[in-house]
Amino acid sequence: MTLTSEAGTAAVDTSRHLLAVSDLDRSQIDELLDLTDTFVEVGQRNIPKVPALRGRTVVSLFFEDSTRTRLSFDTAAKRLSADTMSFAVSASSVNKGESVRDTIETIEAMGIDAVIVRHRSSGVPAQIARWTNAAVVNAGDGWHQHPTQALLDAYTARSHLGDLEGRHVAIVGDVKHSRVARSNIEMFVALGARVTLVAPPTLLPPETGAWPIEVTHDIDHVLPSLDVCYLLRMQRERMDEALVPSIREYVARYGLTARRAEKLQDHALIMHPGPMNRGVEIASEVADRPTAVITEQVANGVAVRMAVLFLLLGSGRHRADPEPATDHEPESVTAPEAAT
Amino acid sequence: MAERERRMTRPYGGVFVPRSRVMDGDDIHRALRRMAHEVIERNHGLDDLVIVGLQTGGVQLAHALAAALEEIEGLEDTDESVSVGMLDVALYRDDIGIRPVLPEEVTEIPVDLDGRTVVLVDDVLFTGRTIRAALDALVDFGRPRAVQLAVMVDRGHRELPIRPDYVGKNLPTRRDELVDVTMSGVELGELQKS
Repeated sequence: MTLTSEAGTAAVDTSRHLLAVSDLDRSQIDELLDLTDTFVEVGQRNIPKVPALRGRTVVSLFFEDSTRTRLSFDTAAKRLSADTMSFAVSASSVNKGESVRDTIETIEAMGIDAVIVRHRSSGVPAQIARWTNAAVVNAGDGWHQHPTQALLDAYTARSHLGDLEGRHVAIVGDVKHSRVARSNIEMFVALGARVTLVAPPTLLPPETGAWPIEVTHDIDHVLPSLDVCYLLRMQRERMDEALVPSIREYVARYGLTARRAEKLQDHALIMHPGPMNRGVEIASEVADRPTAVITEQVANGVAVRMAVLFLLLGSGRHRADPEPATDHEPESVTAPEAAT
Repeated sequence: MAERERRMTRPYGGVFVPRSRVMDGDDIHRALRRMAHEVIERNHGLDDLVIVGLQTGGVQLAHALAAALEEIEGLEDTDESVSVGMLDVALYRDDIGIRPVLPEEVTEIPVDLDGRTVVLVDDVLFTGRTIRAALDALVDFGRPRAVQLAVMVDRGHRELPIRPDYVGKNLPTRRDELVDVTMSGVELGELQKS
């Protein structure tokens, strides 16, 4: 794949895409989370579907395996009445040697409005954003970012804890290889939470010193003060790379066992991006506690992705408009009592 | 809702300059009481009635109308009450993608609408497009036996074959004027570009 050779480094218009959490400022995050409330309500209706994106086409372009994220985006698009196309790399011309750029141009020629991209290499969604007029949503790229995951996690935490300002969040596990961790660190920090990473030194990235966070290797020390205990999936291939000595050793030092979970405050949430390894990063009985909001995260994922797709495609804000509307909020009418 | 719609179409923004006061708070109250009597007369009581206010201008009026209905039928000191819901129709609008549209307020339909009579309530009836969107939204919550429409001000300029059943006041307007409805009165004015 020729990702860098003819790439060009022109700045990507981040307002038209969702590529990384760092592209969002605090007010945009709050707007997305507030809008998610609306779509959670839509999901509870008899007919959980609204006609907002009728006639729009959303393509999922997954170069890497995913079940839940792809289904979640697919459901979100369908509940907004968008047409969806799914692109499974194993059944596509990519296997015949077609480049990413040619793939994008081919799909774009069919007329699409948004493309949901997952790729094993960091930066591919940003690169695709330079090549297409469609809105690009990053559904996970390499070790880099997974912004909708961070949004749904923030939404889930906020719905239980309220404002996250000053709340203590620990992210436990394989931070180094985790796009979920990188996105969530940025998200929770942006929302004013105090973030602590808990991991063995081999699973921490070298750049943690530059982040506004704390790092510890001792999970028992942080558990009593946590509001959110966020567990990352322990990938078994890390064992083969000898980054941790053994599963048993990892469970003993970092796993959220039933005994450790007792140290958590009663209101503290246990979160996990899935898929879980019961008995490794999380004990099976801990995963079934009422404060373990793991299935709720999945449910909220659909609503968050509806909010993202609606803001990018339906809000009218990102239309290529010769006279872009800059001041369209009803609040801009400043008549006294005018807000009826 | 209709007036919010006006504010969000071009020209965006600006300042609402009231020119004349068309109704005061007492007038609103009297109009609501008359409309409440009409609702009861037409539906032979309050059985199976649901009042649904459209976000954002219709919600306060819907609550006020429900209170008037309860007062007239003497339900105030009983356990019975009139069901009131609210509906944000942003996701059903026909101009999504053409101009900025965002759902802003909660949608909450407290009862199953199957077989019920729904009275939609909005502040201003203008093009009728908001009501069209509301009708689409309602059928996603169930199949009402009938849907009726109550508005405080009908200002004309319909673009769709939609007609109100209960009207607070018919107010002839120019297209470029703005009507502002609150519980303390109705003002007619213009949008002065800022």
